Amino acid sequence: MTGEAPFNEMYQGDALRPPYAGLDVWARDMPAELRSMKQHEAEALFRRIGITFAVYGEGGDPDRLIPFDMFPRVFSAAEWRRLERGIRQRAQALNAFLADIYARGEILRAGVIPAHLVHCNEAYEPAMAGFMPPRGVYSHIVGIDIVRTGPDDFFVLEDNCRTPSGVSYMLENRETYPALLKRTLDSLAPEKCEGAPRAVILTPGHFNSAYYEHSFLADMMGVELVEAADLFVEGDFVWIRTTEGPQRVDVIYRRIDDAFLDPLCFRPDSMLGVAGLMNVYRSGGVTICSAPGAGVADDKAIYCFVPEMVRFYLGEEPILANVPTWQCAKADDLAHVLEHLSELVVKEVHGSGGYGMLVGPQATRTQLEDFAAKLRADPANYIAQPTLALSTTPTFTEAGIAPRHVDLRPYCLVGERIELVPGGLTRVALKAGSLVVNSSQGGGVKDTWVLAE
Amino acid sequence: MLSRTAANLYWIGRNVERAEANARLLEVGARNALIPNTSGGFRNEWDAVLRASGTAADFAQRYGEPVQRNIETHLFFDLKNSSSVAACVERARENGRIVRTALTRQLWDALNTAHQEMREMARTERSRLSLSDMTDWAIHTVAQIRGAALATMLRNDAYDFLNIGGALERADSTARILDVKYFVLLPHLSFVGSGLDNYQWRTILRALSLERAFGWAYGGEITPQKIADFLILNRQSPRAILTSVETLTHHLDRLARGYGRSSPAQEAARALHAELAEARVEHVFEEGLHEFLSRMINALAAVADVVQRTYLSGEAR
Amino acid sequence: MRLTVSHNTTYRFDPPMRGVVQSLRLTPARFDGQRTLDWRVNVPGAVMGAAFRDSAGDWVETASILGPVAEVTVEVTGEVETSDLSGVLRGHRERVPPGTYLRATPATHADTVVQELAGAALSGQAGTDPLARAHAMAAAVAEAVVYEPGLTEHGTTAAEALALGRGVCQDHAQVLIAAARHAGLPARYVCGYLHATDEGGPHEASHAWAEIWIEGLGWVGFDAANACCPDARYLRLGSGRDAADAAPIRGLARGRGEEAMEVAVAVAAAGQ
Repeated sequence: MTGEAPFNEMYQGDALRPPYAGLDVWARDMPAELRSMKQHEAEALFRRIGITFAVYGEGGDPDRLIPFDMFPRVFSAAEWRRLERGIRQRAQALNAFLADIYARGEILRAGVIPAHLVHCNEAYEPAMAGFMPPRGVYSHIVGIDIVRTGPDDFFVLEDNCRTPSGVSYMLENRETYPALLKRTLDSLAPEKCEGAPRAVILTPGHFNSAYYEHSFLADMMGVELVEAADLFVEGDFVWIRTTEGPQRVDVIYRRIDDAFLDPLCFRPDSMLGVAGLMNVYRSGGVTICSAPGAGVADDKAIYCFVPEMVRFYLGEEPILANVPTWQCAKADDLAHVLEHLSELVVKEVHGSGGYGMLVGPQATRTQLEDFAAKLRADPANYIAQPTLALSTTPTFTEAGIAPRHVDLRPYCLVGERIELVPGGLTRVALKAGSLVVNSSQGGGVKDTWVLAE
Repeated sequence: MLSRTAANLYWIGRNVERAEANARLLEVGARNALIPNTSGGFRNEWDAVLRASGTAADFAQRYGEPVQRNIETHLFFDLKNSSSVAACVERARENGRIVRTALTRQLWDALNTAHQEMREMARTERSRLSLSDMTDWAIHTVAQIRGAALATMLRNDAYDFLNIGGALERADSTARILDVKYFVLLPHLSFVGSGLDNYQWRTILRALSLERAFGWAYGGEITPQKIADFLILNRQSPRAILTSVETLTHHLDRLARGYGRSSPAQEAARALHAELAEARVEHVFEEGLHEFLSRMINALAAVADVVQRTYLSGEAR
Repeated sequence: MRLTVSHNTTYRFDPPMRGVVQSLRLTPARFDGQRTLDWRVNVPGAVMGAAFRDSAGDWVETASILGPVAEVTVEVTGEVETSDLSGVLRGHRERVPPGTYLRATPATHADTVVQELAGAALSGQAGTDPLARAHAMAAAVAEAVVYEPGLTEHGTTAAEALALGRGVCQDHAQVLIAAARHAGLPARYVCGYLHATDEGGPHEASHAWAEIWIEGLGWVGFDAANACCPDARYLRLGSGRDAADAAPIRGLARGRGEEAMEVAVAVAAAGQ
């Protein structure tokens, strides 16, 4: 870790930063018993609403609660304005990139991004080549993970262009987000749709760790939550099985991976998909959100090029910077990474959820050696980034209020318009000193507030 | 409504009802086992209970001799026995979890609490659990689930599917219990009207919590005719087949009205209802009780099949 | 050459299935070497729909059959005028970037044996152009895999077929694809028909071969099973990354029935 103390979003030295002025009084005046009572209330609320998540591969209680910290994180209006501009810009560039690589591939022809990184990427879907989805949008829900290291220093850690989860953990925005999502989905009716489009959410089922979120969104949007077996293809359309017979579906917000969408197009062994779905999609009978093949834009090998995408497609300078990244596929970068392994965070190119990653400063000597061996064996599978001193915000802990490291995941909706919920989800590493905020690895969440002007 | 949602509601209804039926069956067995085995040569009462539950072969294969403790395990706790109380409770809760948003909070709470308490009980040392603790719990729990549905659910199609499942299962279980009483439990037809017969009947009525109701309705001596009338044709009897078929028809009619079109399921249920409404207990005995009950069980299965095709497959147009 | 085709595929299910959906790629490709005079794809009892030209330029349509389904027949009849372009797929419109056909699939994974085959075939080819290298590899595959039906099946991988040294057209095509990709040449699997004229040659009326991307020339067909490039006797349907991906009929039946399949194909030269 870097030697300096991490940026504390509430206090600079002894001085209180303005956005937190109101909270300071609140926190100081609250007696310990009241605080603990409120924390219990919040937990009870989460349990009652059923905000739970399951941790992959850990067994245990699938109904585990995600830890919620009551102490909100606050942005001033000015701080948020800048972030918002940066997020919109990035979401737009990522979609322009997707539309381009499935069409003429100008950015590849121009040599800005090596073609093989795209075409040989498992997330690039050849079946989408030459197809323009409604409004030319591939990634309709873009989650952008952002970290902060100083008053004006924000970095994008990674992009999520497929089906980012976590929106249901936002308490303040529980009502606004689903309404915006519904509006976005409704604006994406396919070519052959007549009248008001009917949207549904496609879930892998109630064993999925994000099932709560799927049912929450379906409820709030007033749309059906369906599994693949509820859908079937006949003629030019996709239908849902209902007690009143088949009903047509126009827009599918899917929360399942590309590979499981349609066994007739992708994995023939998958029982999860809807046979013929891709044929209906390609012939304009239904819209799939996000579009199959959108994942290639959030691949960590492509990530390095996002600032270039912003320049190439929008002719603008990127507002949000990337975290400096070493691509281990390059020999020079690999050498640097191996030499400085104990200072770096190393991630798998296609990994997610904090799995398969190494946090150098917190690793033991053996862990470092093992990881170095993995790196040498398959360098192209890894990227490395410096260990950033993530900012901290005050968090309720057993020992009272203490700073904990946080990141930020705002959700950007792309349809007829680009919509952004103010704030987004703040994830917090609840263990003192820990930098891993993933809920699967001991992280929690807190509300994010944006102050009015 | 999604067909899958309807199917899960329907199965909540069936599973809850089946959990109760099996708990009551267990109680019948335990009470029957209390009287000394003096007549010799007739089958063990537990064997009859296993047959009534439809799992005798499965039990024999996994446990061997019908010993009470094993039967309790098998009928109550064993998740490998798909009709054990535990398996039914687990499935009902799983059905509920899948369609959680279609349930009221009270109904979900009741299902979820049942599941948690069931797990708790399964962990409890068996010497600290009496059979009546177990069966009382099951009957009480099922009543809570039913009560939650009755008190809090909108009277919409979701409520109808829940009740259609429940009514079909209840009619089926009454038919089976009655059938088993005469063709398995009683050693020989010459025992009809004997003290043993009487004792067994009182046990069944008591296990069904219907002993007093029967007394009020018929008074005096227990005869096969009265019992058959009470459990098949008496509209006042909450477990009579006719009562369940009335409930079934009522909810299928409501569905047809709500959806604005009549259905083959409605016709099938109405036909069955018409027959039962006309029937008299003498006719039942003329046909033969066993024959009549077998026909009922098949007719109920046929209605269930039409319900499946009409509403639960999602393909009927 | 005018080729007439009659191709019936029947699926039987016991017990009957609750429903069947099929994705059909059974229409002749549009390119300079083929002109379709008449072509019909018919699935009695099915609702047809969701038809489109896919990214690889193939015409795809969808058949849905409501249950209970005990039997489905896919009937194809038609007549196509073909010409010999020495295997070159000239005038074919498609959108998939050739580079994507460098990605291996499980069925076309190049194990060490496939790698050695590719290496040996190219050993004398240093400095030659890609077309010569492709020919060298096709010849090596033709030699390494002897035509013998009945030993391999649909799921047989390139590596397995090569290890066995025997197989049918699917195996020749997949081994060649695996070897070509290993050597850095994009390659894909093509399904179609073959009009068999020679006596006793290794051929089936339903046929498959490989196409290899040659920079400057485009996609070029190689039929390692017959040690030649497709000519006027060949009728091209569609392509994919491997045999499963290119299958002319991909279907899914809902239910627990056992499936039995029967195929009858006849390809004749019109006027003969």
